[in-house]
Amino acid sequence: MRLTCTVNGSPQQVDDVWEGESLLYVLRERMGLPGSKNACEQGECGSCTVYLDGTPVCSCLVAAGQAEGREIGTVEGMATEESLHPVQQAFLDAGAVQCGFCTPGLLVATDDLVTRSLAAGAPPEDAEIREALAGNLCRCTGYEKILDAVKLAAQRMAAR
Amino acid sequence: MTELLEPRAIGRDTVRRDGEAKVRGTATYAIETPVQHPAYVHPVQATVPLGRITGIDTSAAEAIEGVVAVLTHENAERLASTDDREFAVLQSDEVAFRGQVVAVVVAETSELARQGADAVEVTYAEQPHDSALRVDHPDLYKPEKINPSFETDTAEGDVAAAMATAHVTVEETYSTAMYHNNPLEMHATTALWDPSAEVPLTLWDSTQGVHPDRAAVCEVFGLEQEQVRVICPFVGGGFGSKGTPHAHVFLATMAARAVPGRPVKLGLTRQQMFSLVGYRTPTIQRMQLAADRTGRLQAIAIDVVEQTSRIKEFAEQTGVPTRMMYASPNRRTTHRLAALDVPVPSWMRAPGECPGMFGPEVAMDELAERLGIDPVELRIRNEPERDPETGKPWSSRNLVQCLREGAERFGWADRPPAGHREGAWLVGTGVASSVYPTMRQATSTARIRYEDGRYVAEIGAADLGTGAWTVLPQIAADALDVDEGDVEVRIGDTRYPIASVAGGSSGTNTWGSALTVAAREFRTKFGRSPADGDEVSGDVDQASKDDAHAAYAFGAQFVEVRVNVDTGELRVPRLYGVFGAGRIINPRTARSQLLGGMTMGLSMALHENSVWDTRLGQVANHDLAEYHVTVNADVGDMQAHWLDEHDPYVNVMGSKGIGEIGITGTAAAVVNAVHRATGIRIRDLPVTLDKVLTALP
Amino acid sequence: MKPFAFARPADAAEAVATVATEPRAVFLAGGTNLVDHLKLGVARPDLVVDVRRLTSREITDTADGGLRIGAAVTNSELAADRRVRERYPVLAQALLAGATGQLRNLATTGGNPLQRTRCVYFQDVSTPCNKREPGSGCSAVGGYTRYHAILGTSAALPDPTAPETCIATHPSDMAVALAVLDAQVQVLGPAGARTIPFAELHRLPGDDPSRDTVLEHGELITAIDLPPLPAGARSAYRKVRDRASYAFALVSVAAVVADGEVRLALGGVAHKPWRASRAEEALRGGPVADDAVRHAMDVELTTAQPQPGVDGGNGFKIPLVTRTVVATVRDLTQETQA
Repeated sequence: MRLTCTVNGSPQQVDDVWEGESLLYVLRERMGLPGSKNACEQGECGSCTVYLDGTPVCSCLVAAGQAEGREIGTVEGMATEESLHPVQQAFLDAGAVQCGFCTPGLLVATDDLVTRSLAAGAPPEDAEIREALAGNLCRCTGYEKILDAVKLAAQRMAAR
Repeated sequence: MTELLEPRAIGRDTVRRDGEAKVRGTATYAIETPVQHPAYVHPVQATVPLGRITGIDTSAAEAIEGVVAVLTHENAERLASTDDREFAVLQSDEVAFRGQVVAVVVAETSELARQGADAVEVTYAEQPHDSALRVDHPDLYKPEKINPSFETDTAEGDVAAAMATAHVTVEETYSTAMYHNNPLEMHATTALWDPSAEVPLTLWDSTQGVHPDRAAVCEVFGLEQEQVRVICPFVGGGFGSKGTPHAHVFLATMAARAVPGRPVKLGLTRQQMFSLVGYRTPTIQRMQLAADRTGRLQAIAIDVVEQTSRIKEFAEQTGVPTRMMYASPNRRTTHRLAALDVPVPSWMRAPGECPGMFGPEVAMDELAERLGIDPVELRIRNEPERDPETGKPWSSRNLVQCLREGAERFGWADRPPAGHREGAWLVGTGVASSVYPTMRQATSTARIRYEDGRYVAEIGAADLGTGAWTVLPQIAADALDVDEGDVEVRIGDTRYPIASVAGGSSGTNTWGSALTVAAREFRTKFGRSPADGDEVSGDVDQASKDDAHAAYAFGAQFVEVRVNVDTGELRVPRLYGVFGAGRIINPRTARSQLLGGMTMGLSMALHENSVWDTRLGQVANHDLAEYHVTVNADVGDMQAHWLDEHDPYVNVMGSKGIGEIGITGTAAAVVNAVHRATGIRIRDLPVTLDKVLTALP
Repeated sequence: MKPFAFARPADAAEAVATVATEPRAVFLAGGTNLVDHLKLGVARPDLVVDVRRLTSREITDTADGGLRIGAAVTNSELAADRRVRERYPVLAQALLAGATGQLRNLATTGGNPLQRTRCVYFQDVSTPCNKREPGSGCSAVGGYTRYHAILGTSAALPDPTAPETCIATHPSDMAVALAVLDAQVQVLGPAGARTIPFAELHRLPGDDPSRDTVLEHGELITAIDLPPLPAGARSAYRKVRDRASYAFALVSVAAVVADGEVRLALGGVAHKPWRASRAEEALRGGPVADDAVRHAMDVELTTAQPQPGVDGGNGFKIPLVTRTVVATVRDLTQETQA
């Protein structure tokens, strides 16, 4: 099929896509966007988290045939050339990045959590953060610095 | 004694240098290497645990349009060396464990490679296999050495006599489960064999050491070092499983050599990693402790039973920490292995110390309980003045300070009584000690060059998320006496000088030592105003190695556990660690390393368990849905602290290594807290709710 | 992955007709389970039919005071719906106890109850499994049984070679809540529309473990109806698992406590969401103190068959499920009294 969708705000067309491929595969192998990671390919680790029509999903479980006409946001779309997104900056500042493999998925999931929480009127509580990010496995940091980073990001995004 | 580097950049909490690329998603991992027109490789795995291949039909796979090649033991190239049977891929019809690779399919896309792998028909003559570890296995044997080169058994005095006469004894058996490293980045290799190139073989491999990786590939394929380049700027975690190459590296190389001029990519699946990239052996630890009425140990002994594979020996040094941890006149440690029809075990974070600080640290708690002595105090009373094993003085040993500071921070003195209940939760607290040896490898070389007004240091080291990209410039800056910003360090490529593996918490100690030697040479040779292109190399200075002291990092971990009175669900709202780990090069990266280790220890305590199906000869729960690692929601208030420790004997930085100590002792502290909460002593990991149900009201 | 064709029909009727005419066709909605199974080789269809946009994504009030949930409503949307949270807390809690945000954003109302077992042998195509490959045997019996059934297991136990043998559990949390709520399933099939009581949607393994539900080939869930709960009823879902989050249930309990009535459905114990009707009967009209609930669960579990296994087996589920039910009912009762 010819897959037509919007990725990080730009319209994209890719030919010769098989509908049975995963969206993650299309992003990484066909669109040159390897930022979203493959660490289990069965929805058990969160490393491949991307926005799909505005909600975060595991892109490894989205069939390419179902991505037709939809809006996709990946880690590559978060920063500008000049400056990082506040969530990215917070992860750096808090020391929440180690090997970096869970990071792209966590950044998308965190952005969603913080944005939703602030829209609802308050930054997320610790327990809420820990539950909301339970689907993003990290094997290096032990999550403590990730928690710090989310709170820092929420603080900065609230101030904007 | 070494004069330590004057810390200016060292000790600063600089932001991770590789961090921006990682948060932008532009850091390139092995499978993502941008190469032209790659082919993809997918392995076919044996479905019997032991036997011979009687037939292998590749015709259906080869008939698939887009399948480029199918390699089996019948057509694969003969390797130059088959001494290491884990590395000797596709060389014979023998199947030594279920999941062993029996063929690979090379195809135009990864989907086609998988489809091709599905289409390869293999028939086997299956033989009865033995994959069940048990303490009375009839074939237990004494390995010549244990990992990496320790004595298998040690003994001093008469443990049996002490056990017979002591005021109090503990004699119990503890066991740890089989664990899989499961770094988030799945093992992967991109390989290019271009016979016409100056360097014909290039591997982009996810590895903890590009140089050891290259050495192994050269050995197996009969290549010279100059013919091979290994590149690895970023590693998505390793925890030991990428500390040595595994079968897939050789398979990728072989596949590349089958399609000269064309790059190939081999990425293992998560499921494949459960049989192909190592794991930590399950251990059975029989402990004996004897003490007088004041709690002074009269005897300490550990007899370890664990497994290895039939084709390659890996002897986990589980009994080693018992040799040096506490003072006791009578001591014994033994290791016995069962060689089974199982995948090859290998390194996993703190090999030896991690499982080996479980049995002893729970036994110490049991001893404290029987004596009616506080478990912190019991450990303090058994503090040895010198290393009990070697008689050497300690380079520095601050276990007692770690215990005291941890107790203070945790509020240990005011801890609730045993069986304390708050609402629906039973609350318990526990403590255990941590330890990890301070190591420095014999070989590493750094090259420093003055280039465009900056100092460029090159060393073929690895950063698997540990922080090498960040801390090595800090060390080099202090060694050169310049601003950190004036230093660039390049790692992760065999084009840079040889460096040791990132393992044994020795990376910073070793590479930093080489950098310091090179920096001093540089200053001696070129002074403070070098010319562009001035360059020197420096090796780890063996003469400065201190053999007169026993060098270890120590720590203490304190944990609060809550057990639900209705369901037995376990929660760990608090886990505090205090460590004496020498000088901390970068607090930001160090804290993350220590917390990460503690979390993996918590994961080992509560969750991780590769359930071995003895009937099939494989791990039953071989994916991340069923092999549970701790998730964010399992973690509560977790803190890592360290003492301001000054150790002039370990190396010029005064650093001890922090990658592994965090995982040691944690599981014991959890078990001890669960006992305090419920009265149940769980001696086999993991601690799951079904094991505490019978103790609930 | 085995190649397959992909169809994107224009409406539900066309989707049903497309699947009905192709014996090896399957519906694809959220994909959280099927896409995984396609990769693992557990599902090997010739045709995949995308129905994600073809059913309603609305939650509407029904005339009897209940709710109709369109099959395309995602688990996240359903859990966040104010009416669901207020009137059916058991359902909202069950949804939020399942999987993760990323998966709940994909998973649908129609698809979630149709997810397949997480039995590790079902998911491993190198091992025999009667559910995946009828007649091949059951690898789970005597294997890793921690997440396996103790109730309603097949009569052929413990023979692993019998074609009936299966000790798989149904993994959905949402389905346990729907079972206790007496939901009704709206189905469109080649023969037209029909309504199936949720309690009858899922099957026990019986003589054909490969079939999870009573749906015929080509039948598509279009909506699920929730009848109103009795006035003053309280409901809750409690899931007991090996991690604090993101793990399948060892056991779970969906409970409704109303005047003179206790309704119970159990997860993690059977091939289907297990409505504990014997226990409900034992409690009908009587007191719901701990002892009474415990006794009722003893009655419920008289036929339980704990499974031995390589990791200690799953006999712990018997006390565990009882304790969990007792605690859940106790909490609801105290809540009612308060």
